[in-house]
Amino acid sequence: MTDKPPMDSPIRLHKQLAAIWDTPPGWGRLSAVNHTILGKRFMIAAFVFFAIGGLLAMLIRVQIATSGTAFVGPDVYAQIFTMHGTVMMFLFAIPMFEGLAIYLLPKILGTRDLAFPRLTAYGFWCYVFGGSILIVAMLAGVAPNSGWFMYTPLSSSTYTPGINADVWLLGITFVEISAMSAAIEITVSILKLRAPHMSIERMPIMAWYLLITALMMLFGFPPLILGSILLELERAFDLPFFDPTRGGDSLLWQHLFWLFGHPEVYIIFLPAAGAVSMMIPTFARHELVGYRSVIVAVIAVAFLSFGLWVHHMFTVGIPHLALAFFSAASGLVAIPTAVQIFAWIATLAQGRPRYDVPMLYLGGFFVIFILGGLTGVMLAMVPFNWQAHDTHFVVAHLHYVLVGGFVFPMMAAIYYWLPHMTGRLSDHRLSVPAFWLIFGGFNVTFFLMHLTGLLGMPRRVATYPAEAGWDWLNLLSSVGSFLMTIGFALFVMDLVVQVRFGKPFRRNPWHARTLEWAMPTPPPSYAFASLPKVTDRADRIDADSEAAALAAGRGYLGQARNGWQEILDVDMSSGRPLAIVVLPRRTYKPLVSGLLTGCFVLCLLFKFYWLSLLFLAFAIASLLAWSAGTGLKEDMGDLPIGHGEMAPTHWESDRPPSWWAMALACSADATLYASLLFGALFLWLVAPGWPPETVAGPAIAPVIVAAIAVVLAAMAGRRAVSALQQQVAPKLWLLTAGLAQLVASLAFGFMAAQVPEPTSHAQQATLFVILAYGGIRAAIGVLLAGFGLWRNHAGYLSARRSLDLRIGRIWHDYSCATGIVGLMAAMLLAYLAGNVEAPR
Amino acid sequence: MAVLPLLAACGGPFSALEPEGPSARGAATLWWIMLAGFAAIFLMVSAVLALALWKPRTLRTFGAERTMVWGGLVIPSVILTVLVAAALALGERLLAVPSDPAPLRIEAIARQWVWEFRYPDGRATSGRLVMPVGEDVDFAVTSEDVIHAFWIPRLGGKIDAIPGHENVVRLRADRAGVYGGVCAEFCGDGHAPMRFSVEAVEQGDFEARLAEFGAEGQQ
Repeated sequence: MTDKPPMDSPIRLHKQLAAIWDTPPGWGRLSAVNHTILGKRFMIAAFVFFAIGGLLAMLIRVQIATSGTAFVGPDVYAQIFTMHGTVMMFLFAIPMFEGLAIYLLPKILGTRDLAFPRLTAYGFWCYVFGGSILIVAMLAGVAPNSGWFMYTPLSSSTYTPGINADVWLLGITFVEISAMSAAIEITVSILKLRAPHMSIERMPIMAWYLLITALMMLFGFPPLILGSILLELERAFDLPFFDPTRGGDSLLWQHLFWLFGHPEVYIIFLPAAGAVSMMIPTFARHELVGYRSVIVAVIAVAFLSFGLWVHHMFTVGIPHLALAFFSAASGLVAIPTAVQIFAWIATLAQGRPRYDVPMLYLGGFFVIFILGGLTGVMLAMVPFNWQAHDTHFVVAHLHYVLVGGFVFPMMAAIYYWLPHMTGRLSDHRLSVPAFWLIFGGFNVTFFLMHLTGLLGMPRRVATYPAEAGWDWLNLLSSVGSFLMTIGFALFVMDLVVQVRFGKPFRRNPWHARTLEWAMPTPPPSYAFASLPKVTDRADRIDADSEAAALAAGRGYLGQARNGWQEILDVDMSSGRPLAIVVLPRRTYKPLVSGLLTGCFVLCLLFKFYWLSLLFLAFAIASLLAWSAGTGLKEDMGDLPIGHGEMAPTHWESDRPPSWWAMALACSADATLYASLLFGALFLWLVAPGWPPETVAGPAIAPVIVAAIAVVLAAMAGRRAVSALQQQVAPKLWLLTAGLAQLVASLAFGFMAAQVPEPTSHAQQATLFVILAYGGIRAAIGVLLAGFGLWRNHAGYLSARRSLDLRIGRIWHDYSCATGIVGLMAAMLLAYLAGNVEAPR
Repeated sequence: MAVLPLLAACGGPFSALEPEGPSARGAATLWWIMLAGFAAIFLMVSAVLALALWKPRTLRTFGAERTMVWGGLVIPSVILTVLVAAALALGERLLAVPSDPAPLRIEAIARQWVWEFRYPDGRATSGRLVMPVGEDVDFAVTSEDVIHAFWIPRLGGKIDAIPGHENVVRLRADRAGVYGGVCAEFCGDGHAPMRFSVEAVEQGDFEARLAEFGAEGQQ
């Protein structure tokens, strides 16, 4: 069944691999699942959204250029600034770094693609469709208009009755599907799909940055997703969570939003810092100083970033002790950031720095980001924060941090890696004036804006009186912003010129020492003709000699086999090869699933709720259909992988990427559920209008039924796996698990339906959601048990090939644990609401 | 350098840099200290970066590890510790702790898009706040609809007006005069014009002024 490897014919190997990995041109492009194509697509789409966001910024600067230049009313202005923030944060920054990560990760890790290529494609479609909903809504004049952090009750149906806020909640949640799938995919790919023997302490530094970022997304986005779901439930079905007249609290939204929103800032900054840590050593001609210290610093930033969200809320009236804690924590985050900055400076000092265009943009990064960091420390000081909060000082600070910490490094990264994507070098003519226009224009715009804020100008005002004395500052800011725009226009022109007319080069133009340069440029679809064996740190590679050896097939997997897209699964810490991962090939299925998901979202948006259920069912069915045709119908045993080593396929291995993906998905879901329970407790503790007149609690009989059912499902799920592994048919156990999950789902649904009046008070509304969520989780368990039955029936399972059932087992275990926790929480919260006076 | 001519232009009816009360003065003092200190830090970091690029030998002899430890750990830790302690001590002084006799208490109630002020004697004004000079005033701030924020930049820091919650901020005007007040949290179409004027009058005149405006503002 295996072809004989043609050891020394790079051209023949290239042709064979290209036949397997290539995506056809024309309409066939829509079937792409390849990371090189999708990474570029993500970046191009993000750049288009950046241009839209930039255009909106121009409108803002025209509106408030002076006290007499307002050209739109406050209603339109509110849409403009809300969309500017929303587009830049959700449709530009996050997808831009995802695109770079998708493009680069497999290449710097020495593998051929990411763990779940179809998920990458699905994420891309969700992103583009969700983003389009927002842009179309804006063109129709019904864009979100409550500010990008959507504070309730302004964003509730009472004060924003139109469709505007729904567009934000549904559109952004749709886009978050892509963020969550990227987070899981990046984490799993870094931990499991590195080049053989690239142990975790040999990883290129950017992989560390991306790993930590992806983990932060995994735990940072669920609170926002939960908040959006709750607010949409409140708007659509009148369930009160944030309504202070019915036991809700607008502060709950602020906590959920900033619990996401602060880590979000570092989620944007860290990948950019990772790119900086790749570029500085190349131009310093010296490896990164303090590799381990930098990793420790990044981990410290990640932990701290989850502990300082309240610094966005210093003026909401929180206890003094909390102010002190969050103020100190906010200041503390400057330390690991300073460690990174001085590691870069020390690297430059140790090496022999060489000037090129990316270095120019990195210079801009240093200056602007350090200034933004310093004003950040100022804002962490509570007495000053009370003055500066919600003024243009904060607007200036956040632009210094985000433009300095993300846009400038990204522009440097584009100049650094664009030759990799195109195989052409820049001829430097426009990039220098573009830099000075952007850098100068930026500082004119935003440096002065600090003063505008201290002179008392609140953010988000559509007009202001001339006697306030803000005219001259705003006018200068507006002039600066137009200079900056001209700079960006030059930047785009320069990129176009480089892509079209740049001079071709043979290989590795920067003399970089990381693996992405050990391949032909532009890269072939399979990236590496064979996978490298990494025996030293992955930023000490001799890219030129490595490239030749790999192209000749002298690494791992240097052959075409069965038409399979093969990569290697390795041990998380040591990098020892464990299994051959056979990746799915190009397919239109992600596009179909993306379209169906989009229809589901549109139905929700236009309030066709019954129709939306139909599309939800279609979308789920289409996702399940992804697994049709993947898998093995017979055991293959261990296969040769090169270097005389053998490994099984991932279907026959113990814990391949998909197993870890399920475990990570459960962690993210657990974070979401924990946020929900925290929210319910928070309302009891803090919200006005408690205790409610009537307290609802679940009846004891269905609680017992549900508890028994989830435990039974977990036990049956486990028995199904052990039966299969002992070569006994697992069918009966799978049926049991499915039926038990069905009973659990019905019991949870029954209890949720029994909540007397969910719209009357937040206690009943939260109880309803806690129970309904348990029901949904059990329903997914039914689907997974059914999926196992089908895989068994279709012959994909054997004692060796038990993966599908073991993935199901994770879910049954998880929904058992969270089901029990949910039941206990429901009863406890009902008890607290009825019997205990909250210590207010 | 470029900053200096700007500093001459720190005035205006809403300027936090032209303080007329202890709260705003504390914040302004903190700002000037941080500005000077951070400008120095910025220049030093820039100098070290320039050294690394153009005179790397000096930094190389100092050692890579020492550069990181001093630049990244030691110096920032010292600065932050001093700064956080100073800011907390300052913040402590500005808190509305119970005192004897209890300060004058004025309720500030926000609704889209107007501020209403209620005084202990039952009178109310809207869009115009009257307060006595030279004594602490506790403002009890809340909202009847969406979130707003109560801010008189020349007197002190802002506090949010949140429906269902009451927040108290203690302010004092040291000099008689008219100051500007704004809504600082975006609250819908009328956010920008949701301003109010603050009239700080001598204690002897307070009752009379209030009687005048209270009558005007009688609903």
